[in-house]
Amino acid sequence: MNAGDFVEARRRLEAKPRAGGEKLTTLEEAARRIKDGDHVAIGGCLFSRTPLGLLREILRQGRRGLTLSRNLMCYEGEWFMAAGAVERVVTSWFGIGLPWGLSRIMREQVESGRVRFEEWSHLALGLRYRAGAMGVPFLPTLTMLGSDLMAVGEAKTMTCPFTGETLCLVPALFPDVALLHVHRADRFGNCQIDGYPHMDADIARAATTVLVTAEEIISEDEIRRHPDRTAIPGLIVDAVVEVPFGSYPHECYGLYEADPAHFDAYVAEITAKGTDAIHAYLARYVHEPRTHQEYLALFGKDALARQARSARELVG
Amino acid sequence: MSHVLSTELLAVIAARQLAGVTSLFAGVGIPLLAAALAQKTHAPDLTIVVEGGSIGPEVIPGRLPISTNEMRVAHRARMLPGITDTFLFAQRGFWEVGFVGGAQIDRYGNLNSSILGPHERPTVRLPGSGGANDIISLCHRVMVVTMHERRRFVRQVDFVTSPGFLGGGDARRKAGLLFGRVSRVITHLGILGFDEETKAMRLEALHPGVTVADARENTGFELLIPERIATTEPPTERELAVLRSLDPDRRFLG
Repeated sequence: MNAGDFVEARRRLEAKPRAGGEKLTTLEEAARRIKDGDHVAIGGCLFSRTPLGLLREILRQGRRGLTLSRNLMCYEGEWFMAAGAVERVVTSWFGIGLPWGLSRIMREQVESGRVRFEEWSHLALGLRYRAGAMGVPFLPTLTMLGSDLMAVGEAKTMTCPFTGETLCLVPALFPDVALLHVHRADRFGNCQIDGYPHMDADIARAATTVLVTAEEIISEDEIRRHPDRTAIPGLIVDAVVEVPFGSYPHECYGLYEADPAHFDAYVAEITAKGTDAIHAYLARYVHEPRTHQEYLALFGKDALARQARSARELVG
Repeated sequence: MSHVLSTELLAVIAARQLAGVTSLFAGVGIPLLAAALAQKTHAPDLTIVVEGGSIGPEVIPGRLPISTNEMRVAHRARMLPGITDTFLFAQRGFWEVGFVGGAQIDRYGNLNSSILGPHERPTVRLPGSGGANDIISLCHRVMVVTMHERRRFVRQVDFVTSPGFLGGGDARRKAGLLFGRVSRVITHLGILGFDEETKAMRLEALHPGVTVADARENTGFELLIPERIATTEPPTERELAVLRSLDPDRRFLG
């Protein structure tokens, strides 16, 4: 599909059976909807509300040839690169954060030409999802003009038909699949998010298939009591899975803080032993745990409780 | 005056630029420290805006955020509008000053945080723009906050991630960037500005003890040197005390 092909994107949506019924399922079943070569958009931002449960399951199922897009890409991008699962990343920034320096794995993969890094400004990428969410082929903006980012993707300039000024046009992004982690949802997939909305609602509308993990499944009545809190209606969601601590060791607003000590250890291993050290990490945190409970046990109850406490201190 | 590190000097001088400023679009690290210092000293009404989607957060001493979108930058915030909308406030013209940095800066204030080497086959793939391009394109005025090093201050950036004055003169305006400009470059050696006509970088002030030769030596292009160069006031004990109390673990101050 060409960038901004809103006609095709609309037809794909209309051709899709859109059930209003139950969406509750398992990580395994949800992730099976992803096909080799799909464009997968990841919700949250950097180490906030990353849908790690779904991302880990996709790696376990061995998908190939994916395009991953995310506003700021954290080390989940490294996992997919090291696993040979991704051909192209579309993002405005890639890394964990200042204290951890440049991503060695990303550098190796991109500088060798194995993975294509398509960079947009943060706003430009947000507007690409928003154009997709609006069902239009592009949006005009005043950002990115004059920069070398214009030539990286498929941004264009046009003369404004009303004022004669130069505008930047960013093409709509219509991902095949959106992966989101939210605070709560009901069994029909109505989703509520606390704190930062990030770009999740736009990504959900822009994508053809929407897969959600939620910290908690709540009753339909609770959703109906606060419909103003619903960010994504169940009708556009295809699968929802209850995954408490589903973003850990990344953060989930108000529920648990990220664990930078885990990032320290992750980066220290790669720094000390080289980029192949990531395979031991993937074995331990992605492939070996048979259930989400086993995965959480790797961190331990005390760590989860500590990070939950510190989240309440910050925004409780 | 107690011994002052380059990072501390940078934060104090950046903070002083915020006198009278109402809104600041700032990244984490030294820029956020400078903003918090300004709030606690001469700019109590300053609203900090962070690109992860936070308007008006308060910085908790000792619990400094590492990313622009984590709970630590939402503490006591007044609004969490989502990332795209946070930038759209800037596009509409609401955010006054922006702080940005980059791996390279050239004589026209263009910044590179994308790649070193040829575009098609970079020798170093850097993290990317994040919101830097948007901040420099959309805020009223932008200040670059950076260490002053020869490898960073280059004749021409390998890649224009965030446009300063592009090729100089009115090139920025011609590219369609109607608003905003890079007004200052704040470094650990001094403060730089840009010639009104050519838009080439010009030395404006030096920190105490720094010479014109030091500035030249650490700049990889011909710096405009005016006849009169101001000397900045050294950081006061109070500025340093407040700054140091914000980052007691020296996470960003080093």
